[in-house]
Amino acid sequence: MRPFWQLVRTDLRLYFSNRRALVMNLAAPIVIAAFFGSLFGPHREDKPAAIPVAVSDQDGSALSKAVTAGLAAESRLSVRALDEPTAIGQVRSGRLQVDIVIPKGFGANAGLAMFGARDKVAIAVHYDPSQYVTLQLVEGLLAQAVMQETGKSMFSFTGDTYTQLRARLRDNTAMSAATRQDLEGILDRADRLQARQAADPAAAAAPGAAPQAGLGLPYTLQADEVSALAGVPYNSYAHSFAGMGVQFVLMMGVELGVGLLMMRRLGLWRRIRAAPLDKATVLGARVAMAALASLGVMAILYAVAMGVFGVRVQGSWPGFIGVLLAFSLMTASLGLLVASLGGTPEATRGLAIFLTLILVMLGGAWIPTFIFPAWLQQITVFVPTRWAVDGLDAMTWRGQGLAAAGLPILGMCACAVVCLVAATWLFKWEE
Amino acid sequence: MLTATGLVKRYGNHVAVDGISLEARAGEILGLLGPNGAGKSTTVGLLAGLMSADAGSVRIGKADASLDTGALKRRIGLVPQDLALYETLGARDNLRHFGALYGLRGALLHERCAAALTLVGLADRATERVDAFSGGMKRRLNIACALVHDPDVLLLDEPTVGVDPQSRNAIFENLELLRQRGKAIIYTTHYMEEVERLADRIVIMDHGHVIATGTLAELLLRLPGEQYLDLGIEGPLPIEELLGRLRALPGIRDCSARAQGVRVVAQDLQAALPALAGALSDAGARLTALATRRATLEDVFLALTGQALRD
Repeated sequence: MRPFWQLVRTDLRLYFSNRRALVMNLAAPIVIAAFFGSLFGPHREDKPAAIPVAVSDQDGSALSKAVTAGLAAESRLSVRALDEPTAIGQVRSGRLQVDIVIPKGFGANAGLAMFGARDKVAIAVHYDPSQYVTLQLVEGLLAQAVMQETGKSMFSFTGDTYTQLRARLRDNTAMSAATRQDLEGILDRADRLQARQAADPAAAAAPGAAPQAGLGLPYTLQADEVSALAGVPYNSYAHSFAGMGVQFVLMMGVELGVGLLMMRRLGLWRRIRAAPLDKATVLGARVAMAALASLGVMAILYAVAMGVFGVRVQGSWPGFIGVLLAFSLMTASLGLLVASLGGTPEATRGLAIFLTLILVMLGGAWIPTFIFPAWLQQITVFVPTRWAVDGLDAMTWRGQGLAAAGLPILGMCACAVVCLVAATWLFKWEE
Repeated sequence: MLTATGLVKRYGNHVAVDGISLEARAGEILGLLGPNGAGKSTTVGLLAGLMSADAGSVRIGKADASLDTGALKRRIGLVPQDLALYETLGARDNLRHFGALYGLRGALLHERCAAALTLVGLADRATERVDAFSGGMKRRLNIACALVHDPDVLLLDEPTVGVDPQSRNAIFENLELLRQRGKAIIYTTHYMEEVERLADRIVIMDHGHVIATGTLAELLLRLPGEQYLDLGIEGPLPIEELLGRLRALPGIRDCSARAQGVRVVAQDLQAALPALAGALSDAGARLTALATRRATLEDVFLALTGQALRD
């Protein structure tokens, strides 16, 4: 074993003596993790920028104006009233992200259309295709505003819609007299109720009084943050350090594999090959060195995350260490496999960059995986980097127990074994 | 000490080494001479166990290398053509690292490192980083790293590439000392001067084959003469007629035309010179220049292959 550990020790020493590379390996993930953590954290004092939206009101009815006012009151939107061509031009140029067009007849038809009595009017939404996520948010806010204002109009038993409803009952010759009489009775009683409430507003507002007329959303929204422990706020740096740590250590592991190929071109490789060492010893030492270096870098990253950014292991410490160990072993093995597949340093570097970017992206280190299409989300379940990020998240801010680390650890260890076996088999040992 | 028999190494259709046999004895430097691409480095790789031969065998003493590669490697020290050093480590740390790869440890490792550093004259620079060393010092340390496990056989693959004359002499002195200590040394190079100075026996290679083996004297005997005379001549006789007259002279083995005169290969210089002077005078020719030199391995290679060693 002495030659094995000598190789490990010397390689580690060489790795840590390259201070510029070491600083890059440590500083880059810390800076980027800090940036993303501050970007996505919910506890920032400054609010996110409002989404620039235009409303092109071609209807001009009381309802369309109320919907426009409802959207304008929404803090997540910055609403401007523009005609449709102007608004489309600004969406095209990127100054606006969405233009909502309320067509003529919206106010007259919306209430009855809600009950299927009229054809629904089409609200056009022009959006910037690069801001697809924004479109979903605006669609939700628009639905909320339309439902709220249309409901108010429909069930306040005043205004145009109500008047039209009475007229339709009166003019409907196909309806039986008894049915018409019952429906008109409902409307008459509603009239009397509204008149009474209008005469004595204090009584209407008293506890236990009859509910006010008008339609609102049948619930109020209360945002509830689900973090590790009650009263412990979510620390966005925990996830960003997991993502960035996994990304940079993965790149480092692959780069160490490339380093092995670089060494093959030097006399050093001949000298090591001339020593009485077998393939398993030399490659195993390289993997052990890369795993220890990866573990060291991850440990330092989390030390910074804990010391400076308040990240805590809210779950299981053994699970956290287990995930780090398994990930370090996996990244070292993966580096060796890439080196074995690439053959030459040039070819391997290209392959390594491609593989790293794919794994990191699919692992959710850059953007959340829920944004991916459904089929792609299913693929990410099999991506080792996702196991690493999920495992670290589970042990830190999600506050999960050791059992939650089991699957990621097993998955990464299995991946490491497969990579090691394949790499040892594929690695070109002889000259 | 080391015996290679019928070594063959193929890369696809290309035969890099084609049936090479050689022997390096204890206390002897065997020079492996040949132009670039002759198969010297491949041969060294086969001897060092870096690659497996397609045919043939390597033995050290009575041990067959194919049966126990590890045992073979422990008895061989390899000095690769490229510098095989960790530049950011110190000289002693390099030696300790490579010694440990051969299983050395503790006091023995320390002792071997000190001995190797002393041999190559770097004992006083033991703790300095290699990247601060001159090219010659790096080359000497490169050799020391192959000696730290005290091998019986030392394989040196062009160890003086890019080395200044002073450092080259220092390396030669180191090798001569190792020869005195009973090491078997195989020294590959394409510099004939190095082989002529160092080697007890010489193996000349070309295109993967051994084309000649022997001591320097034995190899020179393969040439028609030991002395070469280049004569500058002006005169009325046609060159072919003059060459015919010169070939008939005593002590002369061969003559050939050159741009400004003729080249004469003489077996016996003392007999040839007066005869040459008389023959030229009789032919009415005037001697305008005379240069003599001893035959070299370059001439041997030229005679055997029809091309210059440095082509």
